Amino acid sequence: MKVLVAVKRVVDYNVKVRAKADGSDVDLNNVKMAINPFCEIAVEEAVRLKEAGTATEVVAVSIGDKACQEQIRTALALGADRGIQVETEGAVEPLVVAKLLKGVIEKEQPQLVILGKQSIDGDNNQTGQMLGALTNMAQGTFASEVAIDGDKVNVTREVDGGLQTVSLNLPAIVTTDLRLNEPRYASLPNIMKAKKKPLDVHTPADLGVEPKAHLTTLKVEPPAERQAGIMVESVEQLVDKLKNEAKVIS
Amino acid sequence: MSLDFDSARLPNPNFNEEHEAWRTQLRRFIDTEIMPYAEEWDEAGEIPMELWPKAAEVGLLGLGYPEEYGGVQEGIDSWYGWITNEELARHSVGGVNASLMVHGIGLPPVINWGPDWMKQEIAPPVLRGEKHISLGITEPGGGSDVAQLKTTAVRDGDHFIVNGSKTYITGGMRANWVSTAVRTGGEGAGGVSMLLIPTDAEGFSRTPLDRKQGWWASDTATLYFDNVRVPVENLIGEENKGFLVIMTNFNGERMAMAAGMEALGRVCLEEAVEWARDRNTFGKRLADHQVIRHKIAMMKQKLNATQAYIRCCYEAIEAGSPDPGDIALLKVQASETMEFCAREAMQILGGIGYMRGSRVERIYREVRVNAIGGGSEEIMRDLAARQYKL
Repeated sequence: MKVLVAVKRVVDYNVKVRAKADGSDVDLNNVKMAINPFCEIAVEEAVRLKEAGTATEVVAVSIGDKACQEQIRTALALGADRGIQVETEGAVEPLVVAKLLKGVIEKEQPQLVILGKQSIDGDNNQTGQMLGALTNMAQGTFASEVAIDGDKVNVTREVDGGLQTVSLNLPAIVTTDLRLNEPRYASLPNIMKAKKKPLDVHTPADLGVEPKAHLTTLKVEPPAERQAGIMVESVEQLVDKLKNEAKVIS
Repeated sequence: MSLDFDSARLPNPNFNEEHEAWRTQLRRFIDTEIMPYAEEWDEAGEIPMELWPKAAEVGLLGLGYPEEYGGVQEGIDSWYGWITNEELARHSVGGVNASLMVHGIGLPPVINWGPDWMKQEIAPPVLRGEKHISLGITEPGGGSDVAQLKTTAVRDGDHFIVNGSKTYITGGMRANWVSTAVRTGGEGAGGVSMLLIPTDAEGFSRTPLDRKQGWWASDTATLYFDNVRVPVENLIGEENKGFLVIMTNFNGERMAMAAGMEALGRVCLEEAVEWARDRNTFGKRLADHQVIRHKIAMMKQKLNATQAYIRCCYEAIEAGSPDPGDIALLKVQASETMEFCAREAMQILGGIGYMRGSRVERIYREVRVNAIGGGSEEIMRDLAARQYKL
């Protein structure tokens, strides 16, 4: 079984991002970048399937400029067998990503596609679902457990009310939630070995896709700063303020 | 620019994808395995033995050592070393790196100068994190003047009989072996040899030096040799040629220290900037007071200079032509920068910086060991003046 995993280059989760002064975007100048944590979980799951003998090949794909090869290499160091970069410029929207991934799926014919449920930069949570719709493949989103069962995959989903298990026919698309697994560290020897693994570069045109922008960012601004609190004198005063100033009780 | 640890690093075109991958993975390792326990280990004055095998697993211990002994050498250049020492600075626990990475000064003499049997027996368990090796040079009677060391090794058949003592030995309490400088010949540098001494040998004893200004988590020790019999085959390099072994070892140690010191200075910058942006005094942010803005700008200025100088020296090493004088002065540049940044960050943080538990407070305690250990600022300047044939 061939598994395709998508990885995205995002701002490292530890970075405290700051908005640019002109409000056009967050400031990415000299900021540490990393694999989106949910994508890392996707890679780990695919590698575990390979270690268990269920998967025969793990292919890591990323969409972006040359810099995203760094994240592909990390996926290779974590255990993926080969990488694909779809070379794009600037920001790409979830729909474009989904279309490009569909193109990669048509070329690669994987039995299972694992993606992060969302990326921590845009927080869109759309790509996996759009990809399911575009490819007509079954989808199991927010996975906390993935079990291959013959030509099916059983995906336990984290839903509002608890856990829901769905059984999907392969090929299928799975998006990972936080508790699916704990990704390993890529060791230095594996990082060095990853250098020798193949990495192919495609253009959107190779995949028959023309990246288009459907969305316009109007403004990027930091969240409002919390106002300093005050000490109230009495319970009566507290109730009064909750009622009349904060208006959270009536 | 946010002036955090990463954005305050000048761009370096020598870094490629693998370097960045190593930084990312090493950071994850440190954030998971060291950061959460940093303060606890510092206060406890020790680190758990389990950390070594874990560090071996991720590739930290084997970095730069030959594959045949369990290391990773192919494709490894100086930039991996810089990244490693930078990342290890982020937790800012004095002594963790000194103790965890002490094989970085203890093992190279064995690898570079030792006989085959020694490399095969010592290197693999050390790089697996199962056994430990330290370096023993400094003595109670003298440190910087290596050529005058007093510990003797007198030939008796196929053994040396070692008498004397060594002090301020990092990792000395848990070391299984010590690469030790001994006097086998006459006066001066020409009578010094390096000898691998197992710490289970009869006549060997040690006491901890656990009340230090910094490096609390390091198991620093004084070692005593009382008629310790060591086989002649334990010589590291040729007899009476030990001075060369010692001197060649220093360049790597000083580069590692300089990289670590600059990064510790950068941690101070990061902490100071974050505080200055949050804290309000006299109706505006600390960061809006000119006196504070200038402190921060000066920290960045000195860090920039040190980073550029480090890069310059690593480029020379990569080109095969390192200049020991330049490296010696780099160490001074780095310790002065670290000292300045620790001071200014502490001034900006004020009371909170003085309380235990903050990284700046920890780094402040680590300034002196960095400015003295591995060659004091004074010795470094003197060495440079000699190298430059003044």
